[in-house]
Amino acid sequence: MTLSASAPLRRPEPKITPLSAPFWEMANDRTLATPLCNACGQRHFPPGPVCPECLSTDLGWSPVSGRARLVSWVVFHQVYWEDVREDVPYLVATVDLEEGVRLITNLAGAAAEAPVHGMALTVTFVENMSGQLLPVFEAA
Amino acid sequence: MTHSQSGRFAIVGVGTTEYGAFPHRDDYGLAAEAFAHAVGDCGIDKREIDGLLISRLPHHARTAETIGIEPRWTLQLPGHGRMSGIGIVEAMAALDAGLCNYAVLLYANIGRSRRVHYGGDEDPGFWDPWGFTSMGGIHAMMFREHMERYGTTTEQLAEVPVAFRHHASLNPGAVMRRPMTIEDHELSRPICEPLRLFDYCLINDGAVCLILTTTERARDLKKKPVRILGTGAQESLRHSSYPEMDFWYEPTRLAGESARGQAGVTHDDIDALMAYDNFAPTVLFSLEGLGFCPRGEAGRFVEGGTLQLGGRLPTNTDGGHLSNSYMQGWALNVEAVRQLRGEGGDRQVADCRIVQYVQSTPCTRSIIYAID
Repeated sequence: MTLSASAPLRRPEPKITPLSAPFWEMANDRTLATPLCNACGQRHFPPGPVCPECLSTDLGWSPVSGRARLVSWVVFHQVYWEDVREDVPYLVATVDLEEGVRLITNLAGAAAEAPVHGMALTVTFVENMSGQLLPVFEAA
Repeated sequence: MTHSQSGRFAIVGVGTTEYGAFPHRDDYGLAAEAFAHAVGDCGIDKREIDGLLISRLPHHARTAETIGIEPRWTLQLPGHGRMSGIGIVEAMAALDAGLCNYAVLLYANIGRSRRVHYGGDEDPGFWDPWGFTSMGGIHAMMFREHMERYGTTTEQLAEVPVAFRHHASLNPGAVMRRPMTIEDHELSRPICEPLRLFDYCLINDGAVCLILTTTERARDLKKKPVRILGTGAQESLRHSSYPEMDFWYEPTRLAGESARGQAGVTHDDIDALMAYDNFAPTVLFSLEGLGFCPRGEAGRFVEGGTLQLGGRLPTNTDGGHLSNSYMQGWALNVEAVRQLRGEGGDRQVADCRIVQYVQSTPCTRSIIYAID
């Protein structure tokens, strides 16, 4: 049994919407990106219809460095989706990207076995059951 | 223009049903029972009631039809937790504006019999593809951060459910009454670590009713009015896709300061606290935000039975959501009223004059109640 995110990840499939589609397409190209407002330069997440800062609809997608710090983490024992059962228990983490955006994600490798508050992380990508790549984080 | 609402409005009637699993009853039937108890509690002529606020009940019109009232002010709030604090503050505003003279606040929950799970596909979210779901998951994420930042332990956290279970053991109406120890808590099964089964609220059926009016009109009714001395409110919605990693500290601090300021009371005046406890960590966050202990020290503050009857700050004396009933804050406000009236039975707080309610949530509210 391992808490590390390893392929194939048994997780619910993303419900891809027009707003979130670029996120998942870029993830499949091993790129982690967030919406960036072309008017005021602010990033936001999760993707929304307007910039929550200046309400501009002139939004683009911009890659991030992938460098992050570990904020917090939990281990799920409860089975909330049947498809996930074989991966239980699994670890879910909150990380802060260098660019100031917070993400909920999974950890891979040593970071999952021995998470340390504030540890430096870097993004990596792991396939789920349908072959979609999911951004997860490993020790930097 | 601002004017003070302090002391001008009161809860005059309260009613609750039995709590448990009632698969053969419906929302309206439970609500009607709670309403009938509240009407009997204050002795009001039901034809006088001209305000209706509901939460979690499916429809305001069917509610009014069921209980036979014709309001001139009606408000329907969603079935989320924490609508109780919002509802009470809104009802005061309606009374203050003259939109109604007597407001009935009704809540019914039949989540147990409907097998509500509070996570997974019932409540889809952006983080599902990483397996992150449920309010419990959010609170677990917050509590881990609290442990890392301040050194809080799960044994300290256990003081919360252990104290509330003790109170429930003294409350004949509570769902979970078997005494619990800190060791029982530590051995209970993990749901979303660092949280365990006993850190999670119950899921049960039941209904609650409150009747509010002006302090002046309250004099004509049966029981001593429980006056609302102060309220405070602050939302934390701007990043609501994420766990609130600051533990609702600032919203709770602001709501507490406002409520105490309006009421003209200090921490030492509070005889009992009713703290929204969908998950045990929220109680620690509430204590810090309200300033009952310094920031980061709630774990140490609760050690040794602080929250138990006879302790420094008796909290959730009915057993709370963790052991009495999952009435999403409504029953905690009823408990405040019952304690102030001296109707607490075996769980009565001695000389109870002032009680504070708090919900440290994305919609933080605090209310200070008193009896003359």
